[in-house]
Amino acid sequence: MKHILALVLGLAGSMAAAEDMKMAVTTSFNNSGLAEILLPAIAEDTGINVQLLVVGTGQALRLGEGGDVDAVLVHARAAEEAFVEAGYGTHRREIMYNDFVYIGPSDDPAAIAQADTAADVLVRIAQTESVFVSRGDDSGTHKKELSLWDTAGVQRGGDWYRPVGAGMGASLNTAAGMNAYILADRASWLNFGNKGDLALLFAGDPVLFNQYAYLPVNPERHPHVKTDLVVQLEEWLTSPRAAELINGYTINGETLFTYNAQPES
Amino acid sequence: MGEIWQGLVAGLWLVVTMDADLVNITLRSLQVTLSAVVIASAIGLPFGAWLAIRRFRHRRTTIALLNALMGLPPVVVGLVVYLLLSRSGPFGVFGLLFTPTAMIIAQVIIITPLIASIAHQAVRDLWAEYHDLLLSFSTTKRQRIMTLLWDGRRALMTASLAGFGRAIGEVGAIMIVGGNIDNATRVLTTAIALETGKGDFALALGLGFVLIGLAIAVNIATHMIGRTESEGKW
Amino acid sequence: MVKPILPLTMKGGVIKRRGKILLGPVDFTVSAQGFTIVMGPNGAGKTTLLRALHGLEKLAAGRVDWQVPVADTLQRQAFVFQTPIMLRRSVRDNLAYPLILHGMPKAQAHAMAADWAARVGLGAALDQQAPRLSGGEKQKLALARALMRNPDIVFLDEPCASLDGRATREIETILKTAQADGTRILMSTHDIGQAKRLASDIVFLMHGQIIETAQAQAFFNAPKTRQAAALLKGEIVE
Repeated sequence: MKHILALVLGLAGSMAAAEDMKMAVTTSFNNSGLAEILLPAIAEDTGINVQLLVVGTGQALRLGEGGDVDAVLVHARAAEEAFVEAGYGTHRREIMYNDFVYIGPSDDPAAIAQADTAADVLVRIAQTESVFVSRGDDSGTHKKELSLWDTAGVQRGGDWYRPVGAGMGASLNTAAGMNAYILADRASWLNFGNKGDLALLFAGDPVLFNQYAYLPVNPERHPHVKTDLVVQLEEWLTSPRAAELINGYTINGETLFTYNAQPES
Repeated sequence: MGEIWQGLVAGLWLVVTMDADLVNITLRSLQVTLSAVVIASAIGLPFGAWLAIRRFRHRRTTIALLNALMGLPPVVVGLVVYLLLSRSGPFGVFGLLFTPTAMIIAQVIIITPLIASIAHQAVRDLWAEYHDLLLSFSTTKRQRIMTLLWDGRRALMTASLAGFGRAIGEVGAIMIVGGNIDNATRVLTTAIALETGKGDFALALGLGFVLIGLAIAVNIATHMIGRTESEGKW
Repeated sequence: MVKPILPLTMKGGVIKRRGKILLGPVDFTVSAQGFTIVMGPNGAGKTTLLRALHGLEKLAAGRVDWQVPVADTLQRQAFVFQTPIMLRRSVRDNLAYPLILHGMPKAQAHAMAADWAARVGLGAALDQQAPRLSGGEKQKLALARALMRNPDIVFLDEPCASLDGRATREIETILKTAQADGTRILMSTHDIGQAKRLASDIVFLMHGQIIETAQAQAFFNAPKTRQAAALLKGEIVE
């Protein structure tokens, strides 16, 4: 009994460690595997232990609004700007981008590999009524998909359109199970272990680029936020060292992220 | 079938090599759940016993409510605890969200009704058996409760174990209030959910087998403690 | 000199359960000496009478009085139930339980438990779990547990109802010894033979009422009531 109580107290004690900060990131960022490169380097260079909360973009921004994290790293520009506008974040700092890709059955019944644009891909899928899995979870990836449908200007819905309301990995699992088309970020796709009969069929349209930005939570709203650590982390994320690690990260020889942070204006 | 086999192999490999992450995650699972079981037992066992012995006005309603609370959906408990502990919630100042303490709180809420309910049944049956004898010995109320708790300790241990079983395998609530933070709040169940999300079924299954093994080991250990105590004759 | 707690009297005692009268009104005195057997058909109220005298039943009317305040009698009376109630503990712990409960040091209680277990033939079973004993062994254990505190009076509710001949004889021997040592005994039974072997006097109950009390010899030779005569002849009494 005493031992167990000691364990509980020990847990409570370890929570008070000074150099921990919490950052909400998107599932796709975490699934990329980049975090496993960056976090140890951050700890080594700055002594900050960044605790990641891996959630969808929608929830990541809610965590920032509620003051439950110290900073947010997401990829949904309009929502990010609204977040700063409303005073929840101090500012928005672009760090890097990666890209979205279309995944589908390797025999490609909708022939999207021959499409000209990202929107054209969706037109082809809608015309052939090929099964398409949508994240349907208000995440950055989901928002990107919806804006692409708007650009394509075709009706979606019906049996072939399947919003699953799940994270990237779970949605890819679903797509693999149904042998369906899906929009995914490149990193999640490359790191995904259960590819089944799926293949990468379309990529490269600039509209598919996916900009990540860093949002410090506003200490005026939430005085407990660890602003000094947040500032240190931002300095690190925009440093040459970060640039080197981010640009140098590859999976199967493929570069995933392009560093594009601007010097402070 | 192939994947289950791979999972078993992966799980065995993790255990044999004492994988550092696995040990870390497993210890945290145990810490969180054992803490929750100790706290929930400290509340639930005496409360269950008290319900069995005391006669009061709303006793039946209380018992019905207790039984209903056993079916609390963990996800809802998680969400409510989340909203309470969030910085913008009523208990935000304590900064408990996304800490093991938050996970313990959620698990205590989930398993206390279960433990209290099983304890109530066990003590009620024993009290029916002992009632006349303890009255004939002119025992005090305190002596009665102590006798019932002691002689019913095996059933009460079963109650705590049931709580342990429910808590160790729970994922919905602790995912929400713990956040599955690597090295801080990641436990076996949330790690399994994570690996499944990555499509790494072998590792997910491996962790799953470790979880099952852990549950069995704790049950057997508790059983053996119980046996030694009663010198193996009962 | 400790003040005697007997005689025990019940005046106008009534016991009800769910509005139905189980016993009474009954006027009855338990004298200071003797081995009283309570007889009567099933449902006559034998168990209820014993339980009421011991304080296990709430009186709907009337009163039960000892020669001293009831609080002072609690340690000086004991009850043996028809189905022995065994604590889920060893034989030793079952015997020691009431002793320790009332302040006897553990070592002394255990020594006394061992002594009494030997007296009732359970010396070899000290470490066995009581609920695992046979019916006869359980009842002997219950009897030892009642007698070892040297009570002034013991109530027994059909203690041999489900026992074989050998166990019954052992119990009767223990009871006779206890009576010889000065313990007042009040016991119910169905068994006319047992009543003849043990009783110094008889209380005969029907429908919750005492309809006859008599010296044992007088009762068996010349019952005063028709119902008692019928019972002794082996007829069904209702």
